Amino acid sequence: MFREVLNTISLLAIPFIITIVLIYASFMKVKVYESFVEGAKDGFNVAVRIIPYLVAILVAIGMFRASGAIELLATWLSPVLSIIGMPVDALPLAIVKPLSGNGSFAIMSHIVESNPKDSYIGWLAATMTGSTETTFYVLAVYFGAVGIYKTRHAVPAGLIADVTGILASLFICQILFL
Amino acid sequence: MLNYIWLFFILSAIIFGALNGRIEEVTEAAFESASTAVTLAIGLIGLMAFWLGIMKIAEDAKLITLISKLVKPIAVKLFPDIPSDHPAIGSMVMNITANMLGLGNAATPLGIRAMEDLNKLNKHKGIATNSMCTFLAINTSSVQLIPIMAIGILRQAGYTNPTQLIGATIFASVVSTIAAIIAVKLLEKLPLFSVSNYTEEKANV
Repeated sequence: MFREVLNTISLLAIPFIITIVLIYASFMKVKVYESFVEGAKDGFNVAVRIIPYLVAILVAIGMFRASGAIELLATWLSPVLSIIGMPVDALPLAIVKPLSGNGSFAIMSHIVESNPKDSYIGWLAATMTGSTETTFYVLAVYFGAVGIYKTRHAVPAGLIADVTGILASLFICQILFL
Repeated sequence: MLNYIWLFFILSAIIFGALNGRIEEVTEAAFESASTAVTLAIGLIGLMAFWLGIMKIAEDAKLITLISKLVKPIAVKLFPDIPSDHPAIGSMVMNITANMLGLGNAATPLGIRAMEDLNKLNKHKGIATNSMCTFLAINTSSVQLIPIMAIGILRQAGYTNPTQLIGATIFASVVSTIAAIIAVKLLEKLPLFSVSNYTEEKANV
């Protein structure tokens, strides 16, 4: 039941959003075609902008895996990680997630690329990447903008949200994709 | 921080690679990964262009303003310290809506304006208020409704129905947002984080 509801949302979300946006836009007398082309121009920039981050992270993780270090790490950590059902490959993602959006996106791409298609770990990595924002980046930008240097409970609250996001991703991916 | 993690991955790869006699594979992996990175990014261009086009229409139609009006009553409850007609409420809701739609360019200026509005109500400049922490906790935990870039990566890898990611992501981010709100509301009551703590500290220095 729960599974069906989520799958229906997934299936309909994009066509629904497109319909709402287009109907509301024509109601507001927006020149839809011209706006679309204007926005689409950014597609190239966004894709090209992530290349340096992708290269930096994919190279580091790729080298790390090729060296055999990841197997060693897996043997040490698997007793802990297996309790929550987290594959060891997803660990770098969990660590980098709160620090860098581009970095965690790159790690997710690596996990998806280096595992067979439709694998649980690929879905998990993609869900984890999407489930929370880059906590430290957001805090730095927004507190920095108004000169707040005592951040009180913002960091612990943000990290609690990150950990919960990871656990919720594990839970939902085990239901949907395992 | 990311500097150290990156350094750790590369140096330990070379050291372990040398010890395991896999140094050649490590070098090859570096070259291979660097090319893969570019292939992946180039493969995203079409999808990103399409989605950013749609989102530009949403932006031009001022859809953010419409959604913000609908969510405002919830926001008023979450920020009890702020008068409900204060501009801070409006800019916070607009920022969170823009983030959910994935309008990154529009979201950041709105978020900064929200922080400036919140700071006008701040009695102790330099120290975060409860409302600021609540706003940022929600901001860091709530995300894009449609994770279009991740869907693009799954598509390129040949995943069946990559849009299934939407349901999973919405579930995980709703849970993390609820956790963020509960955490921020409980933590603000702890003596450890009370404002007086920081003002005294300042006086001592």
